[in-house]
Amino acid sequence: MKKDIILAGVGGQGILSIAAVIGMAAVESGLYLKQAEVHGMSQRGGAVQSHLRISDKPIASDLIPEGKCDMILSVEPMEALRYLPFLAPDGWVVTSSNPFPNIPDYPGQERLVREIQKAGNHIIVDAQAIARELGSPRVSNMVMLGAASGQLELSPDRLHVATGLLFAKKGEDVVRMNISALEAGKNAAVTS
Amino acid sequence: MSKLVLLGDEAIGQGALDAGLSGVYAYPGTPSTEITEYIQKSKQARERGVHSDWSANEKTAMEAGLGMSYAGKRAMVCMKHVGLNVAADAFVNAGMTGVNGGLVVVVADDPSMHSSQNEQDSRFYGKFARVPVLEPSNQQECYDLVRYGFDLSEMFSLPVMLRITTRLAHSRSAVEKSPEHPENGLRLPSDLKQFILLPSMARKRYKTLLAVQDKLETESQEAGLNRVEKGEDSSRGIIACGLAYNYYREVAGGAGFNHPVLKIVQYPVAARILNEFVGGVDEVLVLEEGAPVLEESLRGVLDNIHSIRGRLDGTLPRDGELNPRLVQTAMNLKVEPGRKIPDVVRTRPPALCKGCSHIDMYNALNEALEGYAPGRVFSDIGCYTLGALPPYNAINSCVDMGASVTMAKGASDAGLRPSVAVIGDSTFTHSGMTGLLDAVVEKSPVTVIISDNSTTGMTGGQKSHATNRLVAICTGIGVEPAHIRVMNPLRKHHDENREIISEELAYEGVSVIIAQRECVQTASRRLKGKR
Repeated sequence: MKKDIILAGVGGQGILSIAAVIGMAAVESGLYLKQAEVHGMSQRGGAVQSHLRISDKPIASDLIPEGKCDMILSVEPMEALRYLPFLAPDGWVVTSSNPFPNIPDYPGQERLVREIQKAGNHIIVDAQAIARELGSPRVSNMVMLGAASGQLELSPDRLHVATGLLFAKKGEDVVRMNISALEAGKNAAVTS
Repeated sequence: MSKLVLLGDEAIGQGALDAGLSGVYAYPGTPSTEITEYIQKSKQARERGVHSDWSANEKTAMEAGLGMSYAGKRAMVCMKHVGLNVAADAFVNAGMTGVNGGLVVVVADDPSMHSSQNEQDSRFYGKFARVPVLEPSNQQECYDLVRYGFDLSEMFSLPVMLRITTRLAHSRSAVEKSPEHPENGLRLPSDLKQFILLPSMARKRYKTLLAVQDKLETESQEAGLNRVEKGEDSSRGIIACGLAYNYYREVAGGAGFNHPVLKIVQYPVAARILNEFVGGVDEVLVLEEGAPVLEESLRGVLDNIHSIRGRLDGTLPRDGELNPRLVQTAMNLKVEPGRKIPDVVRTRPPALCKGCSHIDMYNALNEALEGYAPGRVFSDIGCYTLGALPPYNAINSCVDMGASVTMAKGASDAGLRPSVAVIGDSTFTHSGMTGLLDAVVEKSPVTVIISDNSTTGMTGGQKSHATNRLVAICTGIGVEPAHIRVMNPLRKHHDENREIISEELAYEGVSVIIAQRECVQTASRRLKGKR
C-alpha cells in the first residue's frame, strides 16, 4: 500500500489539520509516514502545499516525485491545478469548488472547473455549503478530507479517532462537528 | 518505546530534552523557529525548568548558550542560516575558547529561499570555525544526532553544529525516543582561563584547535555515521550528504540501481573514507542539499584523475534545493515530461493580512511622500517587507536585520532628504537599536518608522522584546522626546498619521515614529484564547 498525496490550499485554510488527521490515522494503522509542510512567508495568504506520503514500506524522499502523486486534495479549486505536474496519469483530483480570490486577476470559476474536469479522475465538492449546513463554516477542510477518504485506504474508524485526538483540546462539540463534516464530505463525494 | 510523529525541528527539540538539555537560546527564524517553540511547549522542559525564552538576536543567543556551557551545562542555540551571520563572531570564537558543558548549534538552511534573502550553506561556517558538523537525513537522525552532538561536544570540548535544511525542518515522520539523559550539574571549567581570548592565550587555544582536527577526522571515520553502502555497479559511486541521500534512495529504488553509496552525516569527513570510495568507482556523483561544499574540496583546483560530477559541472543545478526529478536527471534516467500547469492558474504571492497595521502605516507613508521623488524608503526583514509588492510599492530595500536604519543614515549622509527607514518592532530590538545610536550621535536627518505590531509576526507571532519598551529605548538612546511620535495605524486616523509623518520628514534630525497596533493574527488568537 502506498499513497502519495499533495494537499493544497491558501495559507490559513487548514490543510495542515487535514495532514495531521491523515498522518495520525496512518501511523496508528502501522504505516510509514513522511509529510513535508510549508511554513513561513507563504503562510501569509500565499499558495501553500504539503507533500504527504504513507506506505507499508519505508519511505525515502520527503518530496513526492513529479508525475507520481496519487491524489491532489485541495481546499481551493485554482490551487488544485497548481500541482498537476505532480499528478500520476491515473491520479485523482479532489477539490472544493470554493474560490479564495485574494488576487486581482483570479480566473472565472467555470474555466477552473473545466480544467479540473480535463485532468481526469476528479471529485468536486461545494465544501463551504456543506459546512454551512452543518452550522460551522470552519469545518470545510474536514468536509474535503471526508470527500477524499474513499480513496485513502484508511479505515473510517481510524480517521474518526485521529480527528478526535486532533480536536480533543477544543472540546467534545468541536470533535463531533468535525466528525460530522468528515461523514458529510464522504457522502457528498459518493453523490458528486 | 513510544513513537512520536515529529517535524525535523521538533525531533531536534525532543532529542535535546532527552539528551540532558538545560537551556535553549534562539531568535525566531524560518525554518528553525519550531525547535525552540517545541521546547517552550514541552511539559518535560517545564518540569525540569529548562531555559527556553527567546533572545534579542542570534548573537546574544549564541553568547548565552556559551555562558551556560561555561557553567558546565548542556546548551543548544538555534537559528536560521542568515542568523549565523549575526552570531558569527560568537560562533567562530566559541571554536577558539572551546566549551565546557556540551554546546550544540543548530542552523537551519533554506536552499531555494522559500523564506529567506539568500541560500548560504552553513557547512562553510563549520569548516571556517573548524568545528564538527552533523547533517541528518531524516527525523530519527535529527533526534539521535543531537545527543551524539552533545557527547561529541564534551568529548572534544568544542561546539558542534547540527545543520538541517527546510525540507527536513518542516517534514514530519515517526521518531523513536531514547532513555532520558540527566542534566549536567553546575561545574565551572577546570581551567578558569580557558575562555579568555587575550592574544597570548588565544594563540595557545588556536594551536589546540588546529591540533584536534586530525582527531575529529578519526572520530568521524570511527563513529560509523559516514558509511559506505555496497553496490555491484561501480561505473558510478554516489556520495550523498544529509537529505540528498533520501532523493537518491527514492530514485534508485524505482530504477533498480545498484551503485555503491557513501552516506555523509559527519564533517570533517576523513580523507581515508573518501579516497577509498572514490578509488573504487569509475566516476563519482556528489549530491548535496545546498552549496557544493564537499564537491569543491574533492575537486580542488588541479586537474583531477577522478571524474567528479555534481553541481559544479552542470550535472545538477548550481543553486536551489534538490528533488527526486533533479536526481533522476543526474542519474541519466529518462524523465517523462509531467502535466502542464494550466494557463488559468495565477501566481498567488504572500500578502499582508486583511486589517494588518502595516497596511495603514504604508498608506499614510506613501501619501506623506507624494511630494518627493521616489526611492527613499529603506526597509527591513519581516511581514512589512511585503510592502515591496503592489499595491503599496512602498519600499526600496530589504537586506539584513537592522539595515533599514543604517542604510537610511548612510543615504542621508550622502545628501538624500528625506531618508526613511521602516523597521518592525522585533527587528528593531534585534539589530536596529545600535544603528539608531549612530544616527543620534551624528544628529543625522533620518525618519525611522517602527511599525510596531508587538510581535515577531512573520515567523508566527513570537514574543517581541520591544513590546511596551520602544519609547523608553528610543529616549534612552538619545532621540529628542519631541521627535518620538506615537501613532495608531488605523484608517480612521489616516489624515492625522500622514501629518505626523510629513512633519517628521521635514525635520533635519533624528525622528522616530512608532506606529503601534497589535498584529491581527496574534490579536485574534488572544481573543479566541479568552473565549
